[in-house]
Amino acid sequence: MVDDLKGLSAEFARDPDSLVFLRLGEALRMRGEIEAASRVAQTGLERYPDLPEARDLYARILVDGGQIGEARQVWWGILEIEPRHLGANKGLGYLWYGDGDLDRALEHLETALAADPTDQSVVQALRVVRMAAAEAEEMPPAPAIFEGLEGADHGLLLVDQRGRPLGGGLKTPQGTPVADEVAAYLGGVGDEAQRAARLLGLGDWQWLVTESEDGNLHLTRPTEGSLLLVVRDRSVPAGRLTYLAAKANEAARSWLEAQQL
Amino acid sequence: MTVQFQGVLDAITRVRGVRGAMMVATEDGLVVADTLMEGVNGKAVAALAASLFQRLRQATAAAGIGRPGFVHLQASEGGLLALDPGGEVLLVAVTDPEVNVGLVRLEMLRASEVVK
Repeated sequence: MVDDLKGLSAEFARDPDSLVFLRLGEALRMRGEIEAASRVAQTGLERYPDLPEARDLYARILVDGGQIGEARQVWWGILEIEPRHLGANKGLGYLWYGDGDLDRALEHLETALAADPTDQSVVQALRVVRMAAAEAEEMPPAPAIFEGLEGADHGLLLVDQRGRPLGGGLKTPQGTPVADEVAAYLGGVGDEAQRAARLLGLGDWQWLVTESEDGNLHLTRPTEGSLLLVVRDRSVPAGRLTYLAAKANEAARSWLEAQQL
Repeated sequence: MTVQFQGVLDAITRVRGVRGAMMVATEDGLVVADTLMEGVNGKAVAALAASLFQRLRQATAAAGIGRPGFVHLQASEGGLLALDPGGEVLLVAVTDPEVNVGLVRLEMLRASEVVK
């Protein structure tokens, strides 16, 4: 492997316009050298910005580096050019499966299989997702925290104080699930809000509203150890957002109390 | 502090229930200009408002809704408002709990036209 890497690096240095960056980037990725792999992939992309294989390599490196949202964007970009691209469909299939969206996972993996029916990794992944889908159909639905509330699966998110999602869901205006990423940041926002309120002599913080470029956000504390986020597009006025947050807050508090019994 | 900045901050603090208003450097949380009532710690307000704003910026970016423009933190004994005019400073106001937030926001938006 080391010899392979040396050879590929030498070849890349000798002829930076060649496609050897694809093999070198993949070899570095497989060795876990994410930063080096990313540099190589980005160098290749500068020369071949529209090459689907270069973008696919970069997306896989992004996933290994934990940049799931960015990887998803890169794969979507490939599908705009080449809708049946094997790597992009495979990658998106895995990501949707990770998000628990089995229908979308199946859709992408079946397209990937159609692109290359001999790809055993796709065959295996499809088997796993189909089994999960069959089990999901047999299971009774889990009690939903925000059942009946507007935006329960894409604009209401309950997290614990350490930034772990407890329920609900959150998607970007483009439909990308982002509950895990946003939850991770919310713990810090809650801590900072509390610190600011206390140090400025404002007492305990109660809620926080943010008007942003493409949406409004309302953050509150249903209980001492939890945070509730409500996100809506800018057409929803602040007053209505507060009303929605109050309803969701009530539902979240009841659910949290039931968990402690 | 220029007379121009003093004027816009004075307009915000004239709203009943506003304890102070200030301009804060977004990145380092330093005070650029202020008009504060006695007892309000300007340096602390600046640092904490900038820090909270930066944390929120990460969260709103992750949620795909872009950069925060206006932030209202409500606490049991008062509130903290911050408005980003789109440059390198934030406009910040510290308020009593029962303040008319709509009015303060309006004055801050007017002030942002001067600060931009």
